[in-house]
Amino acid sequence: MENKRITVFCGHYGSGKSNLAVNYALKLRAEGKSVTLADLDIVNPYFRSADSKRELEDQGIRVIVSDYANTNLDVPALPAEIYSLCDPALGCVVIDLGGDDRGALALGRLRHQIRQEDNYAMVFVLNCYRPLTRTPEEALEVIAEVSAAAGLPVTALANNSNLGEETTAETVLDSLDFAKEVSERTGLPLVCTAADEKLCPALEGKAEALLPLKLQEKYY
Amino acid sequence: MSQKVLMKGNEAIAEAAIIAGCRHYFGYPITPQTEIAAYMAKRMPKIGGTFLQAESEIAAINMVYGAASAGVRAMTSSSSPGISLKQEGISYIAGAELPAVIVNSQRAGPGLGGIQPGQSDYFQAVKGGGHGDYHLIVLTPASVQEMAELTVKAFDLADKYRMPVMLLTDGTIGQMMEPVSLDLKVESAVEKPWATTGTEMKREHNIITSLSLVPAELEQWNLDRYAKYAHIEENETLWEEYMTEDADVVVVAFGIAARVSKNAVNAARAEGIKVGLIRPITVWPFPNKPLAALAAKGVSMVCVELSMGQMIEDVKLATECKVPVSLCKRVGGIIPTPNEILEAIRAAKGGNEA
Repeated sequence: MENKRITVFCGHYGSGKSNLAVNYALKLRAEGKSVTLADLDIVNPYFRSADSKRELEDQGIRVIVSDYANTNLDVPALPAEIYSLCDPALGCVVIDLGGDDRGALALGRLRHQIRQEDNYAMVFVLNCYRPLTRTPEEALEVIAEVSAAAGLPVTALANNSNLGEETTAETVLDSLDFAKEVSERTGLPLVCTAADEKLCPALEGKAEALLPLKLQEKYY
Repeated sequence: MSQKVLMKGNEAIAEAAIIAGCRHYFGYPITPQTEIAAYMAKRMPKIGGTFLQAESEIAAINMVYGAASAGVRAMTSSSSPGISLKQEGISYIAGAELPAVIVNSQRAGPGLGGIQPGQSDYFQAVKGGGHGDYHLIVLTPASVQEMAELTVKAFDLADKYRMPVMLLTDGTIGQMMEPVSLDLKVESAVEKPWATTGTEMKREHNIITSLSLVPAELEQWNLDRYAKYAHIEENETLWEEYMTEDADVVVVAFGIAARVSKNAVNAARAEGIKVGLIRPITVWPFPNKPLAALAAKGVSMVCVELSMGQMIEDVKLATECKVPVSLCKRVGGIIPTPNEILEAIRAAKGGNEA
């Protein structure tokens, strides 16, 4: 994945944007970069990148989240700190957007500055096991809706096709044709195939640009 | 490609309702169940169904009343404060003996409470909620797969018994994502000769109402309905038993609490404690029989709930207070941890030995 100063992860609900954003931020940090992760999800009440705040901060990553994330209040508010994301002196920025066009709206405030600086990637996360993006046609529809709502065109694709805890290497391999077709039909580069790090040895050499993911543990 | 898809619990409810033949959904958004409405808004227009965002929860439940009167499979969904608003309509639907499905993705209460998960609407769901003598069949899924399966079952039971059925879930199972098989079995459609579908001048009018001007008639309606409830209690009670055979202690929990409890039971077994789990799948009708059988063997009970202790009353009734029943709880939107439950199991085990 080519490093731009700002990397935005967008896509359909539940495609895995937060997992990708958290892991990508950690990867950049491990490469010695100065990294800020911004959780701009204004639609999802539970399970968000803000859940990983402590882990990210322990690694020296600055985390910007809504003051109300993971509280008992459902307010789609964004913190004023998000304006600092457009300062090129800040270093690398990873933005985790909410799902679908509704979630992509949150980027509207920043789109002019992001365009002006022109050092960004808008990565659309694909999961062909999600019921409303099972076919390339459906994925194309959501890509168009997200681009329109964000006011920024999608510039790249990440294949994160998975079936949660039942994901096997086969699950990932079965999705490669889907991702390739979306890439061909949109003309957008497929920049990575993301998968649980435990599956990566079995995928080595079979999937391009593997991005190993460390997934959060659940206790239920 | 895999037959399974990755879904949020709320989406699984919506898609399963469509598979069950529901083409009429009426709702009003509230966290943490808004995905049900969002999914219906996307899917219903594509399959010739009706998605209608009502002006309020009260309007939505009365639209369900109307649609159910006309004999179609209708559904509404909300979360705790919204379900409180629907209670008048639910009582009318129960009184008029109409099939309908109501989803409550519970959050923490009372009042506006918060958006994090809860189970403190148990009393409301199983002890009435609205006014008058009535029951709902109440189903409590504990996985995304069960969200789908029990939604279909809810429609089938509603039609079979002409009564409202509630899917009592919570924000966490609604929001969590798991692989689901949508290969769901729907029972064949029930004839509805009572539905108000137009007489075409060929039959007498059908009248749907919960009102009777004659006390003796209203009394008879109530008696008939309770005879039906007795039949349901006998035939439709569902529960899961896990490692109860040799157990000295049994945890009783439903929904998200049962998922965490299962992990705690496994951890306790690893310590050599003989513990099992009873997971009610219907909380009305309540699984009295297996609990009474365990109580007769002297098994202590630990109830795990995301409430101040509501289901525990039914456990005490089922066991006729013959055995100690303790409570392990978290409220305010917090899920008990496996360790907290393990502590409660150890304490119950210690109580047995003392």
